[in-house]
Amino acid sequence: MARRSRPAVAAGLDELLAAKEMVLVCGSGGVGKTTVAAALAAQAAIELGGRVLVLTVDPAKRLASAMGLKSFGNVETRVSLEGLVEDGRQVRGELWAAMLDTKAGWDELIRRHAPDAATRDAVLANPLYQNITGRFVNSHDYIAMERLHEVHRSGSYDLVIVDTPPSRNALDLLDAPARMAEFFGSRLLRWLTVPYRSRMLTLASKPFYQIADRVLGSHFLEDIAEFFILFQRMESGFVERAREVELLLTDPRSTFVVVSTLEAAPAHEACYFVDELDRRGLPLGAVVLNRVLPDAIRAPGATRAARELAAALDAGSLAADAARAAGIDADAAERILTEVAARFHDVAVVAKGEAERRSELASLAPVVASAPALPSDVHDLEGLLVLGDHLWRG
Amino acid sequence: MDLLARRLLFVTGKGGVGKTTVAAALAQLSAISGRSTLVCEMDAKGSLAAAFDHRPFDFTPRQVMPGLSGMAMNTEDSLREYLRLFVRIPLVARIGPLARTFDFVADAAPGVKEVLSVGKLAYEVRERHYDLVVVDAEASGHIVGQITAPRAIAELVHVGLIREQTQWMNDLLEDPAVTGVVVVTTPEEMPVTETIELIGRLRSQTRVALSAIVANRVLPELFGRRDEEAFARLGEEPARQVLRDAVGDQVDAVLDAARLLVARRRGGAEHLERLASELAGGPPVLFVPELFTRTTGPRAVQQVAEALAAELDIEGGAAGVAS
Repeated sequence: MARRSRPAVAAGLDELLAAKEMVLVCGSGGVGKTTVAAALAAQAAIELGGRVLVLTVDPAKRLASAMGLKSFGNVETRVSLEGLVEDGRQVRGELWAAMLDTKAGWDELIRRHAPDAATRDAVLANPLYQNITGRFVNSHDYIAMERLHEVHRSGSYDLVIVDTPPSRNALDLLDAPARMAEFFGSRLLRWLTVPYRSRMLTLASKPFYQIADRVLGSHFLEDIAEFFILFQRMESGFVERAREVELLLTDPRSTFVVVSTLEAAPAHEACYFVDELDRRGLPLGAVVLNRVLPDAIRAPGATRAARELAAALDAGSLAADAARAAGIDADAAERILTEVAARFHDVAVVAKGEAERRSELASLAPVVASAPALPSDVHDLEGLLVLGDHLWRG
Repeated sequence: MDLLARRLLFVTGKGGVGKTTVAAALAQLSAISGRSTLVCEMDAKGSLAAAFDHRPFDFTPRQVMPGLSGMAMNTEDSLREYLRLFVRIPLVARIGPLARTFDFVADAAPGVKEVLSVGKLAYEVRERHYDLVVVDAEASGHIVGQITAPRAIAELVHVGLIREQTQWMNDLLEDPAVTGVVVVTTPEEMPVTETIELIGRLRSQTRVALSAIVANRVLPELFGRRDEEAFARLGEEPARQVLRDAVGDQVDAVLDAARLLVARRRGGAEHLERLASELAGGPPVLFVPELFTRTTGPRAVQQVAEALAAELDIEGGAAGVAS
């Protein structure tokens, strides 16, 4: 018999996505995370089939409208792929999309966990509620995970791809469910929800209340307390749910895809995030390198070619010959080609730096896919598929 | 007015646009021109300190170079200082557990954390500890919440010390001669769109002045638009074959690299035009070229500072937004 081998490692993103049900796309801001998530979903729907949903956070307007997403709201919308069928593409599955809305997500949670209608209405009407849901315990991250859980449980999709919110700290995403549970178990919440008068009488904590009172004003503290007394009635629902969401992250059907460009700062952050996934025992499925310069640019011969082009332009009739072949003015050809040769060095320097970071990032994940620097921003389905094709091929 | 003649500058922008490098460069320029300057990192990621090749900053400012100090914001330390200065708590040691609990209240209570950060910065300005405080601020999604925190607190909190403190903070923040926001963007679709949205929110939701836009990583123009057609023809057959015959097949990579630059430059210029038309008559756009360098840290900061210096010299002259 064959020797024992490690579990089969997916060869490419196609195999990874075929094997998983939930994909969390992460990465630092500005690397094209939203576009990559949408491209992967479109590609999976077309190539792998089934019902594929992409939960996006903040797509560019033109991309959103290309996907038929007109406004925020947690409504799942089917993206029409008819144009592709007309173009002769074989489309196997369905593509769905929804934009995450943190406020609506919170309202939904309150409705679900409130023990009774009175608590529900009181929380939703509380003036602090809107302010607080926007800020505390990594609200956006929590809602992203919560939506993933909800959608997964509905059983309506074969594959769900989540474009995660741009966090100040990428780890907030991973910590959000635990922090939610921790918040409910905290001394602070207990303190806040103890009636005001008995709080003042508790000897041990007296100095704190006195200072807090002086700084924040007792009225504000009372307002906060009132809100949390209501909120605490929902504790069991929230805590249980946070645990489920946390389990979902470690589920073998879930995987993380880390997106990065090959610039120094995003690449650095991607490495850090991959380390943290590893430390927490969370499954890294793939690293996607976006906006990569073509390999040919850093081939040693290319630099020589640029140098020789410059020399040939200086020495002889190359500009005139090329101009004749192109049917353009010889002076223009000379001017343009001289600039082209001179500028190559700039691009090559960037390409070399990228190559180093590329090998560093590529060593981190079982699957590495990359997409070239495309000449323009992706803003329609066709553009998504161009990107998707590159990623699919690795 | 001269950008650096203000007292407090918040440098913000979408993640990944080079906000930290621009903040570092502005602070360096300020210090070099003889102003005592403090530069403050808000997110404690350490990238601002790295820009100066300095070990991570902490709450106590450290000198980075003559005339320039760096610090990292920390709400717990800010609270500690606040209590010491304003509440006059004698037993500083006992604040430890208190601060931790308070940190949790601050997490839950809207605006408290933000007001502790902004309050610390405004305090440095009020006390004239520095001529200029440059803040490597929150990304564009969070900056409005940050700078409006004193106003939000004043509305939510009816009595108490914090409320009393918000008035002088607002006076500083809402004076355009004192405080300004600098938005950094790159010539790409999403950063420009986010910048336009942020400008709208700054105008409608705050009374804090927008002082400048920095367009970072602007690609060079290889040749004028009238040459673009000729360039395209040179890249096609039969001209390309003439070049291959003379230089070798690898000339393809050279032409492709140029084409990538030209296409990106053209796309970027369109986004910057969109931004310029939104700004019409607003603050200046300062252009920083793509550096085409592998260097990060002080060398990159130096180069961005040089580009900004050149831009700031022409500021106030003809309102020329290059294309």
